[in-house]
Amino acid sequence: MLITSPYRRRRFINFLGLAFAMAAMGFGLFWLAWILATLLHYGLQGISFKLITLMTPPPGSSGGLLNAIYGSLAMSAAAAGIGTPIGILAATYLCEYGRGRWLAGTTRFINDILLSAPSIIIGLFIYSIYVAQVGHFSGWAGAFALALIVIPVVVRTTEDMLKLVPDRLREAAAALGAPRWKVTIFVVYRAARAGILTGILLALARISGETAPLLFTALNNQFWNPNLNAPMANLPVVIFQFAMSPYRDWHELAWTGALLITLGVLGFTILARFLLRPKRHD
Amino acid sequence: MIDLLHTEAKTAKHLRDPSDHRKNPVKLSVRNLDFYYGEYRALKSISLDIMENKVTAIIGPSGCGKSTLLRSMNRIYELYPGLRATGEILLDGRNILSRKQDLNLLRVKVGMVFQAPTPFPMTIFDNIAFGIKLYERLNNSELADRVEWALRKAGVWDEVKDKLHYKGTSLSGGQQQRLCIARAIAVKPELILLDEPCSALDPISTSRIEDLIVELKSDYTIAMVTHNMQQAARVSDYTAYMYLGELIEFGDTDTIFTRPTKKATEDYITGKFG
Repeated sequence: MLITSPYRRRRFINFLGLAFAMAAMGFGLFWLAWILATLLHYGLQGISFKLITLMTPPPGSSGGLLNAIYGSLAMSAAAAGIGTPIGILAATYLCEYGRGRWLAGTTRFINDILLSAPSIIIGLFIYSIYVAQVGHFSGWAGAFALALIVIPVVVRTTEDMLKLVPDRLREAAAALGAPRWKVTIFVVYRAARAGILTGILLALARISGETAPLLFTALNNQFWNPNLNAPMANLPVVIFQFAMSPYRDWHELAWTGALLITLGVLGFTILARFLLRPKRHD
Repeated sequence: MIDLLHTEAKTAKHLRDPSDHRKNPVKLSVRNLDFYYGEYRALKSISLDIMENKVTAIIGPSGCGKSTLLRSMNRIYELYPGLRATGEILLDGRNILSRKQDLNLLRVKVGMVFQAPTPFPMTIFDNIAFGIKLYERLNNSELADRVEWALRKAGVWDEVKDKLHYKGTSLSGGQQQRLCIARAIAVKPELILLDEPCSALDPISTSRIEDLIVELKSDYTIAMVTHNMQQAARVSDYTAYMYLGELIEFGDTDTIFTRPTKKATEDYITGKFG
């Protein structure tokens, strides 16, 4: 008894620790499941062919989300197109060229601030430097605001992925007489390819639900508009506007829009996990 | 016509004459080399000669500076800030530590193989072709020939010839290391630096690579760092013993291992120390 008692104590503490951990996990999962269940329940009701053929309707008539879906895709694509190269280049400087330099340290610090900057401030920033100057809301303004959110995410993930590439690979390539830029493009990027792509996908997932930066930039548009130089409909702002309204059919479309965004994020995340999966035969 | 060739050969021989008085000309000559990691002086006034078509081994306990010395010979240390070498390293009489030396061209002449195998994230073929394509314009068949030549030279051709399009990382450790040697040979360097090339390998792969090193010296000059004294004794013609950043003794391998002149060298190679 005297010998076993400390072990019983340990077993008890172990049990207690595990129980708390499970309870915490259960607590988290409970809310997540509730949110998803509600979203599916209300969102699925609105799923129909009209969703991708009709524009956002005035209250009381039937309609879809085509203009908002297109707007979201177009602005996200433009934002990724602007933000990704800048982010990758900045991360390349931080990891490949700027090691140990004060400029790199400062850039990394500012990037971290940008990473956690409230997105409404980014929206206001673009409003003041672009929308207010040209005098109208536009899809481009929305894309610029989203790009400002993409950049710090891509910088951070790309730098982390480049850091994972062992220095001996860089040395091996340099030892063959390869100039630094060839080492970076043909060896380092290639080794970190899956990770860099994942970072871009996560950035896309991040911006696909952003509402605040679009409120002051892209605004909204009730009509079909493929022109990025005019106010543009987009899912988050449509959800925001429709959910705040007193109309039942608008509420339904808002739920469906929310479901679409969630499925989009899920798709990006699954793709990212797929790209980063451990490879058996490599 | 034949006469002309004859005369030319004679002239060429005549031109080579000045170095003929020595059996093996010096390929690379280190003169009063100091090396600094920031403020720390890791190499203290090292001087030694690497002979052409010979294997020179650098031995010594961990941290003695043997890898640092090797890494000075292709200036690979330049990848990192705060590292510098002073003194002279003459490759065929030209100081490679000079500011004017183009680092990439230097590294084409002085190849290097590292401790752990470092296949690039690409196919076996592209691993070899990468270096070749940097400075040479070859058509596809010439390139394929060169890749095969390098892989044969490194003794790994038979094992990989049917899977050239596989990833380099799919090979075993020993094969990967021979792939890396093939990659270094493929650009036809004059001097090959081997930084403990067998330390991550099993005994069978190690002995294959040792055989390879002995074969390669007919075409190349080789400088290698090794932890393994038996390995130095087996494959090298000259041996340098280093301790705490200084070159303690340097001479032909037989002499170093049988009649070292310094007590410190004897203690190290007989295992009393280190």
